Amino acid sequence: MATALAATNHVAMADFKGKVDPDWCPGCGDFGVLAAVQKALVELQIPNHNVVTISGIGCSSNFPGFINTYGMHTLHGRALAVATGVKLANHELTVLVTGGDGDGFGIGGNHFVHSMRRNVDLLYIVMDNQIYGLTTGQTSPTSRVGMKTKSMPFGNIEAPVNPISLALAAGATFVARGFSAEQKHLTELIKQGIRHKGFSFLDVFSPCVTYNHDNTYQWFRPRVKKLEEDRAYDSADWMAAMGKSLLWDEEIPIGKFFERTDLPSLHAAEPVLNAGPLAHADMRIPMDVTRAFVEELM
Amino acid sequence: MKQTFAIGIGGAAGQGVATPGDIFAKIFSRRGLHLNAYNAYQSIIRGGHTFLTIRTGPEKVTNMGDRVDLLLPLNQDAMDRHLGLLTDGAACIYNADTIKPGAPATGAQLCPLPVSKLADITRNKVAQNTLAVGAGLNMMGIGFQALEEVLAEQFKKKGDAMVSENVSIARAGYDYASANFKAFAWPLPMTGTLYAVLSGNTAMAMGGAAAGVKFYCAYPMSPSTGVLHWMAAHARKAGIMVRQVEDEIGVVNMAIGAAHAGVRSMCATSGGGFALMTEGLGLSAMMETPVVVIDCQRAGPSTGVPTKTEQGDLWQMLGAAFGDYPRVLAAPLDIGDCFKIIPEIFNIADRFQCPGIVLCDLLLSEGRLSVDPKDLDFAPAIDRGELITKASPGTNGDGVYKRYKITENGISPRAIPGVEGYTHTASSDEHDEDGVLISDEFTNPTKRRAMMEKRMRKVAGIEAVLPPPVLWGRRDADVTLIGWGSTMGVIEEACEILTEQGISANQLQIRWLVPLHGDAILDILKDARHTIIVENNYSGQFARYLRSETSFVPDGYIRKYDGEPFMPHHIVEAVKEQMGGKTKLSVPAHEILV
Repeated sequence: MATALAATNHVAMADFKGKVDPDWCPGCGDFGVLAAVQKALVELQIPNHNVVTISGIGCSSNFPGFINTYGMHTLHGRALAVATGVKLANHELTVLVTGGDGDGFGIGGNHFVHSMRRNVDLLYIVMDNQIYGLTTGQTSPTSRVGMKTKSMPFGNIEAPVNPISLALAAGATFVARGFSAEQKHLTELIKQGIRHKGFSFLDVFSPCVTYNHDNTYQWFRPRVKKLEEDRAYDSADWMAAMGKSLLWDEEIPIGKFFERTDLPSLHAAEPVLNAGPLAHADMRIPMDVTRAFVEELM
Repeated sequence: MKQTFAIGIGGAAGQGVATPGDIFAKIFSRRGLHLNAYNAYQSIIRGGHTFLTIRTGPEKVTNMGDRVDLLLPLNQDAMDRHLGLLTDGAACIYNADTIKPGAPATGAQLCPLPVSKLADITRNKVAQNTLAVGAGLNMMGIGFQALEEVLAEQFKKKGDAMVSENVSIARAGYDYASANFKAFAWPLPMTGTLYAVLSGNTAMAMGGAAAGVKFYCAYPMSPSTGVLHWMAAHARKAGIMVRQVEDEIGVVNMAIGAAHAGVRSMCATSGGGFALMTEGLGLSAMMETPVVVIDCQRAGPSTGVPTKTEQGDLWQMLGAAFGDYPRVLAAPLDIGDCFKIIPEIFNIADRFQCPGIVLCDLLLSEGRLSVDPKDLDFAPAIDRGELITKASPGTNGDGVYKRYKITENGISPRAIPGVEGYTHTASSDEHDEDGVLISDEFTNPTKRRAMMEKRMRKVAGIEAVLPPPVLWGRRDADVTLIGWGSTMGVIEEACEILTEQGISANQLQIRWLVPLHGDAILDILKDARHTIIVENNYSGQFARYLRSETSFVPDGYIRKYDGEPFMPHHIVEAVKEQMGGKTKLSVPAHEILV
């Protein structure tokens, strides 16, 4: 997602410190995502009042309360719909959407797919822990087959959704995956996602230390492999990205899977916004225009 | 009784019922006549049966009336269904080549058109319609030139040859009628006024544009889709962002997002879509982000009867979203009011930072009415309430601004994103004055109570700015008819007829439903001799609501839930039945077979 870079170098980490400290469990992967987002915003020098952080509901969706930007903590699964409205009403704002796998791929699945095909200019960060945490440990749309939870005590028999393949198929113009334990790498992906002019999807492995005993830091560490380390990999190649998205178990790619920059984002495609953000537009329609509206009816 | 003239056009969907209707509507409105049009149709694109009623006259025409003066059946089915509606002085123009008439009532005139002799039907498939329009206008005493002008406009895009072909067909019908049919006893007059003719959906969309709406989104759903169509067609001229969204859940949340970023934001749907939106209404109330949602009621429950009208969503509006929160609910009284009510409800929603709901119905949404263009005011008063859109050096600064500051009137100044120094989080969870969540780990009963009371204090403020309802007609009338929303016109006409027939009647029509001016209503009704609540639903939703708010119980009820609107005689006959002590609940039968 695109943003205007501030001319002066005055944005600091302290600007983004939230009013309260996160109430996540000690060791939660979400701490790493929060820190990476704050670092990325500082490195990009985006003033906090020009950022809107929007979430749904869940552990990770408490995110807006822990960062000092304009924030919206909306309904379960609806953050992307709200965020689209914010962006279209004021496209000069940097819009970040934060949430979890249940929020985004379960209850919010419909908005997820449609926001991507619309190419809404925002960065969507999913803190994917493959479990429902705030409701105390049930199967999520990304829980692996066989995983035992309170809602599926004999093991999950449903195939998980593959967020990367889904995003590629739905037309996201920036698709990436990070790991909350890989801070520098994650911060870089967030910066790229904010800079990208269009829908940026960033799935982040953010382990749940309380309820997911399968997909732990220890489980991920030996498996994750940075795409950036593969010099032959071309992130402009959609087919290659789709191929990489299918890898799991032995080797799990993280990094930028795909980016294309030739498509206009939703707000850029709509001439109504040519004159500037609607939030600052004159509310009155010129009289000659309204007169013509009435004359059509006569 | 006021003089009116009504045309009924019946046929299958796809047979061209709408075009003659549009032509008549244009000609009447340009003669300075009022008109009211209602289309009874089915959820089918081709086939089925539709019956369009256009009623006109020199005075305001508020409803479809009781009588059809001219019937144009476009097929045998329409003839069979509707000939029986005609009474003395009425006429039926039909294609004698394809339609066999039944036996008309005494004094009703059958006007067969030898269509294949008058026009080349191999060239023009809708020749029968154009011939009938020409014949009908002749019988109404309207000069041919008016029709020629409208046809020229209608077919302009298809070229001069098409215009002249249609004009000559219309002329043939016009001349044939002059030679063979008896003109109507009452030639339609001409006044100096010019009216705009519009549907309630167009009126609400234009009302939104007038209110300064900059964001409109919707998912198509009958009968609300007309709002989306007007918005989409005029978006670029009006500077409005219009989006079609994947579902109504997305719609209401997108609208709230836009509103939160600082624009006036609106959406429309029908009962089913509204059901999906209800969680979002709670979000609007909790975040204190104003949004206006229009519900165009259709016959429910579930998919129900998508093309039929009802006032069956009231309790859904009252109970929409869980928990207690301030809301404004208004029902427009007619199509002109559909326009006016939008800027009014936006001012209240903005000022009190809460959701506003407009409860319309298919009758108004898809019906058409003549409106004085002066009543379509595109510069209404705009009150955005306490909205912070610019940084102010004296007061800004983090830690000072409290988005949900506890105030006496419950209203807290609202800063929009982008303003330096006012960052805060707006939350669907309960929160404190700062916007910090108090719903999870930080739950705090004292703060929760304070925030509930802060929000709910706004209700008293809203009630104070809403005008209380007034009684129309003499106070000491024999009967008081109570209605809400779209039944205004038909109840008004029923009152006139009753009064002419020796039963004096007055009317109390409710426009602002929530908050309800219960005391003002009780004050009006305490002197009433006989009270009857009239509404378009099964269970008496308004009657039950009024009782729950005021303990008021009327003497009787008139209800209709067959999908069609009331006609004046339905109410008149029901009132007589009830005044005669026969029943307390009347459910009139709809005689028009649609």
